[in-house]
Amino acid sequence: MKLNELTIKQAKERLKKKQFSSVDLTNACLEQIMKKNKNLNVFITVCESLALENAKKADKLISVGQDLPLLGIPIALKDLFSTKGIETSAGSNVLKGYIPPYDATVVVKLKQAGAVILGKTNLDAWAHGSSGENSDFGPTKNPWNTNFVPGGSSSGSAVSVATGMSMASTGTDTGGSIRLPASFTNTVGLKPTYGRVSRNGIIAMASSLDSIGHFTKTAEDSALFLQVTAGKDEFDATTPSVEVPDYTKDLEKGVKGLKIGIPKEYFIKGLDKNIKEEVKKAFRFYESQGAEIIDISLPNTEYAIATYYIIQPAEVSSNLARYDGIRFGQDRRAFGEEAKRRIMLGTFTLSVGYYDAYYKKAMKVRTLILRDFEEAFKKVDAIITPVSPTMPWKIGERVDDPLAMYLSDVFAAPINLAGLPGLSVPIGFIDGLPVGIQILGPHFSENLLFRIAHAYETAHKWYERTPNE
Amino acid sequence: MKIDVKHVAKLANIPLKNDEVKKYENQLSQILEYIEKLTKVNTDNIKETSQTTGLENVTRDDVASPSLKQDEALSNTKSKHNSLFKVKAIFEE
Repeated sequence: MKLNELTIKQAKERLKKKQFSSVDLTNACLEQIMKKNKNLNVFITVCESLALENAKKADKLISVGQDLPLLGIPIALKDLFSTKGIETSAGSNVLKGYIPPYDATVVVKLKQAGAVILGKTNLDAWAHGSSGENSDFGPTKNPWNTNFVPGGSSSGSAVSVATGMSMASTGTDTGGSIRLPASFTNTVGLKPTYGRVSRNGIIAMASSLDSIGHFTKTAEDSALFLQVTAGKDEFDATTPSVEVPDYTKDLEKGVKGLKIGIPKEYFIKGLDKNIKEEVKKAFRFYESQGAEIIDISLPNTEYAIATYYIIQPAEVSSNLARYDGIRFGQDRRAFGEEAKRRIMLGTFTLSVGYYDAYYKKAMKVRTLILRDFEEAFKKVDAIITPVSPTMPWKIGERVDDPLAMYLSDVFAAPINLAGLPGLSVPIGFIDGLPVGIQILGPHFSENLLFRIAHAYETAHKWYERTPNE
Repeated sequence: MKIDVKHVAKLANIPLKNDEVKKYENQLSQILEYIEKLTKVNTDNIKETSQTTGLENVTRDDVASPSLKQDEALSNTKSKHNSLFKVKAIFEE
C-alpha cells in the first residue's frame, strides 16, 4: 500500500515505529498532487517547501519521542480558512492575491497538533454551491469519473482525501458542503454540531448555519481530527462551554440495542431507486448487528429548502457586504454569478416590506424543523438518511438551473437549520460512482455518530478502495 | 413574485450589465416562487429560531488585548496614506 493511502491511525503508528518519516509521507502526498492536480483541479495553492520544512520539524519531534495528535500528518485546508502568509482566495476573484495577516483558530490548533499543511483546496466561490463548479478557478473533477462533479462546496478538500493527495482536509458545511462531496467521493465527512468548532478566521457564509468540519478516510480518523479542532474559543461567541469528550472512547461499542430512526420524508419520489436500495442494505446491516430500526416522521422536511434559501442568502448578503476592495481584495465588480445571485436574493428578502413575509417567516419555520428533530430524538438515538437524492451529476448539467442545484441540498440543509451533527459515511458504489449515508444525532452527540459509523466501516472497509490506478 | 433586480442590485451595490438584469429577474423570480411554499405553513404562536444550541448573552470583560499591528492590518490594501486606509471622499465641499 502506498504511504499516502494509509489512514491517519495507521500512519501515526508507523511514524512512531519509524517505519517511515513525515518527510516520506509528505513527499508521497506532494507527488500525488503533482501527478493529479492538473487534471482534477483540487488545489488552488500548494505550499511544497513550507510543507517539507514542517515535515522535517515533525520528524525531529518524533525522534525525541514527542507525541502530538496529528504529528507529521499531511493535511489540506479548504481555501476559506485564513492562513497567515498564505493566499486565501475563498475560490473568488474578489480575494485573489489576499494574504491573511493571521491564522484561523482551527489552523492554529492544527499546527499546534503537529499537522503538516500541504496547501489550500478549491471550492465553490464563498462556499456557494453543491458541485464545485462555482469556483472562479475552474471546477474540481470527480476522481471516480472526471465527467462528473465531486460535490461541493468543499470540492477540492473531498477529492484531496479521496485520491490520497492529503490524509485529511478541512471543510465547511452550511447546507451540506461537507456531507455531499463526502458521499460523492467515498470519503467520511463530518459536519459537527453548530458551535462545536470555532468559526474564527474562516470566511463567513451564513453565520447561523456555518459548521466547521473535515474529511478523512475513516470515522476513526474523523474522531482523531475533531479531538484537535473542537472546543470553546474566545474569538467565537457561538462556541459553548460544552466539555470536549474523548471522541474515540465509544468507537468499539457496537450498535446493539441502539434505536435508529428512518424518516419517511427522506424516501420520497425524487430519491434515486438505486440509492434507496443501497441505503436499505445499510439498514439491514445495522439490524443484523442488533440495532432496532424504527420508522419516524419529520413532517416539516419539505419546507427545509425554502427556509434554507431565505435564511442562508440573507446572511450571505450581510456577510459579503464587507467586501468593498478598500482594505483588501478587489471591488464588488469581481463577484461571480452565484455570489451576485445570493447577495441579491438576500438583500431582497431583508428589504423593507418583505422582511416579515420572508426572513421572519423562515425563522419561524426553522423552529418547527428543529422541533421535528427534538421529537424524533425522544424516540430514537440516531437517524440515518441518504445524503443526496441523486448520484453525482455531469459537469455542466445544472449550471444554468440554480433551483435544480439548490434542491440537491434537500436532505442536507435541514440538519444545518437544526444545528445538529451529521456524519457522511460511504456505503458502496453505483455504476462506479460512490454513494453515502448521513448519520444524525442530537446536539453534541458526535461520539455516537462515530460509533455507529465505525461499526459499519470495520465490516465493509470501503475506504480501502481508491480511484487511483 | 416579480423582483425589481435593478433596485435590489443598487441596494446591494452590485454593478450589473443589462443582459444580466433580465437573466437574474427570471432566475430570482423562479426561486422566490419556490420559496412561496412557506406561506402554507401555519406559524401562529411560533417563536423565531436564530440559533440552535441555547446560548444566551455571551459576554466577556471589556479589556483591551493585543490585536493586529497597523502594518499587518494595512498589508492587503492598494490605497493607503500616512498608515491609514485612503478612501474616496463621501461628502463634497
